[in-house]
Amino acid sequence: MTAKLTNAQIAWRAAQDIPDGAYVNLGIGFPEMVAKFKPDGREVIYHTENGILDFGEAPPAGEEDWDLINAGKKAVTLNPGAAFFHHADSFAMVRGGHLDVAILGAYEVAETGDLANWSTGPGSVPAVGGAMDLVHGAKRVAVITDHVTKKGEPKLVKSCSLPLTGVGCVTTVYTSLAVIDIVDRRFLLREKLPSMSVEELQAVTGAELVVGDTVADLIVPEV
Amino acid sequence: MSKISPSVEDAVSGIQDGMVVMIGGFGGAGAPIELIHALIDRYKATGSPGSLTVVNNNAGNGAVGIAAMIYAGMVAKMVCSFPRSSDPKAFTEKYLAGEIELELVPQGTLAERIRAGGAGIPAFYTPTSYGTQVAEGKPVAEFEGRHYVQERWLKADVALIKAEVADSKGNLTYHKAARNFSPLMATAAKTTIVQARQLVDPGGIDPEHVITPGIFVDRIVEVSDPKQEEALLREETK
Repeated sequence: MTAKLTNAQIAWRAAQDIPDGAYVNLGIGFPEMVAKFKPDGREVIYHTENGILDFGEAPPAGEEDWDLINAGKKAVTLNPGAAFFHHADSFAMVRGGHLDVAILGAYEVAETGDLANWSTGPGSVPAVGGAMDLVHGAKRVAVITDHVTKKGEPKLVKSCSLPLTGVGCVTTVYTSLAVIDIVDRRFLLREKLPSMSVEELQAVTGAELVVGDTVADLIVPEV
Repeated sequence: MSKISPSVEDAVSGIQDGMVVMIGGFGGAGAPIELIHALIDRYKATGSPGSLTVVNNNAGNGAVGIAAMIYAGMVAKMVCSFPRSSDPKAFTEKYLAGEIELELVPQGTLAERIRAGGAGIPAFYTPTSYGTQVAEGKPVAEFEGRHYVQERWLKADVALIKAEVADSKGNLTYHKAARNFSPLMATAAKTTIVQARQLVDPGGIDPEHVITPGIFVDRIVEVSDPKQEEALLREETK
């Protein structure tokens, strides 16, 4: 097994691409980690589905206000200039194209930009939350994920086998091995770990990687 | 005519079997615990109101609030986006046993369906869920080269709302992110019942600060030290 990025390193890499002044929604769980790695000097305004813009870090234990939570039901704080609003306004921000970046996790991403991240199929209680809304409307929809499943199977595929969250919605995938943009319904390799060849990366990817004139090295500090 | 109820029991007294009940809140934030438990107490004492359809973002957590309604057996159907929580046992067991129906609605679509219900808009088109299982059977149309799914309004017989301050005319403010679905639900129900932490005279809320105008509110009961669902759950699991 080749070396791969940790989840924190994947989150770090995704954070570097968030521009100054961006309005950003981070999905519940792993994507929330991206906030930790915001580059110094950049202002990022975080949106949460349940009606807050510009929330900050978690409060110290014991100082939580449980009416001040994010979509993951975790206690948060407010930055100066924060705003509250109701759910219809919140999703107007989402679907109306006002968010700059949404970052989500994935079970599968297809080369067409299709995303499957809400259901592993029958037998469980289905729950979708805001994911189906978030994949439509944000100017960039980025996925952060391990490159392969726990069994070693590709998560980047020709077409998703699991129930879809959205069609043709993903713009960039940050994986444990590479950064891949989705352009014209194909995986365009932007960066890869320098320790891997394109052929090795292709072998763990379920659809063709388009390799342009330049593929940069994916170099991430220990975080 | 006064909108003020003398007690939570009186406030929820008109709720009957089979009604559609919207309940404000997202997780524990904004859950009107005292109104919900007044309803549960009546059901336990009289067997009514049962067979309710409950609309909320979630489907209960632990054994208080909506989860307690489900445990009591008074909920026939949940309309929600995310029937999971830190302790979703109440809903999960009944759902897997086929004893409760689920209508799963993406969160933004749920909000907009409620907004539409309150605004007199019978249907609308949204990009959300296009090409997914959730859109199966729904009309699709193309606008400016993109596909959109038709969704219908959602209305209720009753909405149960937790407010921060109410005046006696029904104008409301909310507390932080406890606002969430409540201003929408207040518009979409035939009867909107509010528990407010503080009840003030008309003029006690600056008109510039009113979030829900009183026209959307029918009954108000003051609950001056309301329980917070998440805080309750954390107490219980300590």
